[in-house]
Amino acid sequence: MGPAGAETPPADPSAWLLNQLHQPDPPSAGPEPNLAEGLAALREDRDNKPPPGQSRSRALYQAQGLAAVGRAVTTTTPFRERLVWFWTNHFTVSLRHGRCAALAGSFVQDAIRPHITGRFQDMVLAVMRHPAMLLYLDNAQSVGPDSEGGMRSHRGLNENLARECMELHTLSPASDYTQADVTAFARILTGWSIEVKNDPMGFVFRPRIHEPGEQTLMGRTFPDGEAGGVEALKFLANHPATHRFLATRLVCHFAADTPPPGAIRHIEGILRDTKGDLGAAAAGLVSLNDTWAPGTKLRTPLDLVVASFRALDAPADPPPPYLGILSGLGMPLWTAPAPNGWSDIAADWSGPEAMMRRVDWAYAVSARIGERDPMTIAEASLGPLMRQETHEAMARAGSRREALTLLFTSPEFQRR
Amino acid sequence: MHTVSRRAALLGLTSVVTLGKVSLALASAPTDRRFVVVILRGALDGMSAVVPYGDPGLAALRPELVPPQPGQGNGLLDLGGTFGLHPAMTHAHAMYQANELLVVHAVAGNYRVRSHFEAQDYLESGADHRMTSGWLNRAVTAMPAEAPGQLDASSNAIAIGPSVPLLLRGQHAVANWAPHGFAEPQQALYQQILTLNQGDPVTGPAIAAGMRDRGFGAQVMGGDTMDGPKGGARFAFPALASAAGTMLRASDGPRIAALELGGWDTHTAQNNRLVQPLTQLDIGLEALRTAMGDAWGKTVVLVMTEFGRTARMNGTNGTDHGTATVAFVAGGAVAGGRVIANWPGLAQGQLFENRDLAPTTDLRSVAMGILGPHLGLGQSALTAVFPGGARAQLLHGLVRTA
Repeated sequence: MGPAGAETPPADPSAWLLNQLHQPDPPSAGPEPNLAEGLAALREDRDNKPPPGQSRSRALYQAQGLAAVGRAVTTTTPFRERLVWFWTNHFTVSLRHGRCAALAGSFVQDAIRPHITGRFQDMVLAVMRHPAMLLYLDNAQSVGPDSEGGMRSHRGLNENLARECMELHTLSPASDYTQADVTAFARILTGWSIEVKNDPMGFVFRPRIHEPGEQTLMGRTFPDGEAGGVEALKFLANHPATHRFLATRLVCHFAADTPPPGAIRHIEGILRDTKGDLGAAAAGLVSLNDTWAPGTKLRTPLDLVVASFRALDAPADPPPPYLGILSGLGMPLWTAPAPNGWSDIAADWSGPEAMMRRVDWAYAVSARIGERDPMTIAEASLGPLMRQETHEAMARAGSRREALTLLFTSPEFQRR
Repeated sequence: MHTVSRRAALLGLTSVVTLGKVSLALASAPTDRRFVVVILRGALDGMSAVVPYGDPGLAALRPELVPPQPGQGNGLLDLGGTFGLHPAMTHAHAMYQANELLVVHAVAGNYRVRSHFEAQDYLESGADHRMTSGWLNRAVTAMPAEAPGQLDASSNAIAIGPSVPLLLRGQHAVANWAPHGFAEPQQALYQQILTLNQGDPVTGPAIAAGMRDRGFGAQVMGGDTMDGPKGGARFAFPALASAAGTMLRASDGPRIAALELGGWDTHTAQNNRLVQPLTQLDIGLEALRTAMGDAWGKTVVLVMTEFGRTARMNGTNGTDHGTATVAFVAGGAVAGGRVIANWPGLAQGQLFENRDLAPTTDLRSVAMGILGPHLGLGQSALTAVFPGGARAQLLHGLVRTA
């Protein structure tokens, strides 16, 4: 995340990081999203049909999105916050599906945040029951063809969520599941739906549209009913292929675009031995930390914006236009193009035009420097990582703003 | 404008434009012929874009998803008695009638697992695994030099949009241009930033190329259009296609372009959800043709997607991930006005895994059928472009050779 302006660097970075795993999240300065509010907004918009851009859902997204980025900028537990963003991206829901605008904030707050140091299977269950995911990947509409509702309405399966859960959230294609497994899992998940008309709103299991009977998934039999889905999700969450995939994703995010196999095996072993304890996996990443060279990962636009505002120690009121900035840099908040989320690797973010936008934005944001000393900001944010050339160029710059622009566009600041 | 003209002097030849779900990448190459690839990300339902209405098995598989027959109100646009274009694709139909559009049906790559993300990687890699370079980049690298001195063979490829798709990444340098909205610093500060980054293997080349490409983009597009269409998300793809056409038309401009268009993953309410992306594609192809002017006669456009969708409608009036689909080959250099299909049929037992339209043509055969005669790649070059594609036979007769 980058250090916040006033922070002094911790004397023992490993202990500082590990300690965060046992702390509660500091309270958000903005409104805490909640599911009931999001669902009420969806219902209100459906009833009132406001013109595009003026919906209650859109207003909620803007307020909650601004608060979410602001929270990353001001948090005193940045490691926890990075884990929140990592897992949010792992289980992507996107505003490319219109009805997710009202629910994305609650998705992070209710399905992701409580579980970042908990068990992976609990996070999976919370995600798969959250209305944002059930809408985004269409499961709310999927109907068992032989269920009472299916036979009456001639509706049927939609395998979107089942496939992406196996491919992107748990096993990954490396585990060689088949089309028959995807279809079986889609049948298992029928009935996992949402209630948005009547109170209580939210997740609901609908036996009327659930495909009756036992199902066989990857050689295992799962019972009929909601319990079958819960058991299947726990099975997928604790599968060895899932542990390997999660370890690969974590090491790629925290260590290097090409994750070292030894590091993957280490994290995979922790996940296996702890039955998917994500706090233990996060601590394992810290223990690898000593072997990591700094600056191996190019910052994504989100990383860069958060790190820049942390370095600037920007006043929270009025908040900077984070959402417009992220869109301009090609990474609109909670709006990934596809269910695999945003890329983690430099090659996907370092196109020439993308880099030019970073340069132009750095110049724009550097106008906020006011009377502060750019060199103090540089020393606080980079410390010993600052290169001599950058220091010299900043010292020669014609204005504070230009000096700060040079800091924010330097290769060492573009990395983490 | 002063800044723009100074940067125009830095002239480079490769850029990328991205607006919302669409983007464009361009590459220069030592040829007078133009080649454009349009990637449809999300898996286009080929049997909705080009409907096999003459197949008696169709209606039973997807009763709600078949438009009215040709000649009826909002009906299919007939392609010769068996197939019909989706009613939204009127410009494409006109191209077909002018023999400038070829349809290849029941086509697929060599990938069968139905994951968007792996399939797109393989589609762009041109191989059975993800590579760090794309087949279009390797094709540019392998192209024979033609008219030496007319074009600088060492000049870069150009991509329009903030990112370069895997299809165009690789050894041949690719630059990048896009409409953008941030205020720009003075040229001197850019130079200092460039100097500070020049030793960095990632940010250094990207910033150098970005400065040069903005110069080229500004010169060809005119300074006023640098910000791109405002509030035009609905028609972002046609705007980018038009920008691509303008750059490709320039005698000193790029020869190779790649565009992307999303919105095809129609798991629900497919009839409604397909109209907008198909309309964008249709108007975009027409915008490209118009912007290219005379150069259209030397152009081939390949429109491809990662896989098709289930032959049967799913339970939510949509389709799930499938296998074979359709590819379009358009342009003034195309031997068009035909549907090429070794049609596998839709009856019981003819579907792939009792589920999808069965693949009968390898997509790499189509790409080879363009790269060979149109861009002059020989067999050994084609093998380098498509490693592991030896089983795919070059499809003859797609392109009119001069």
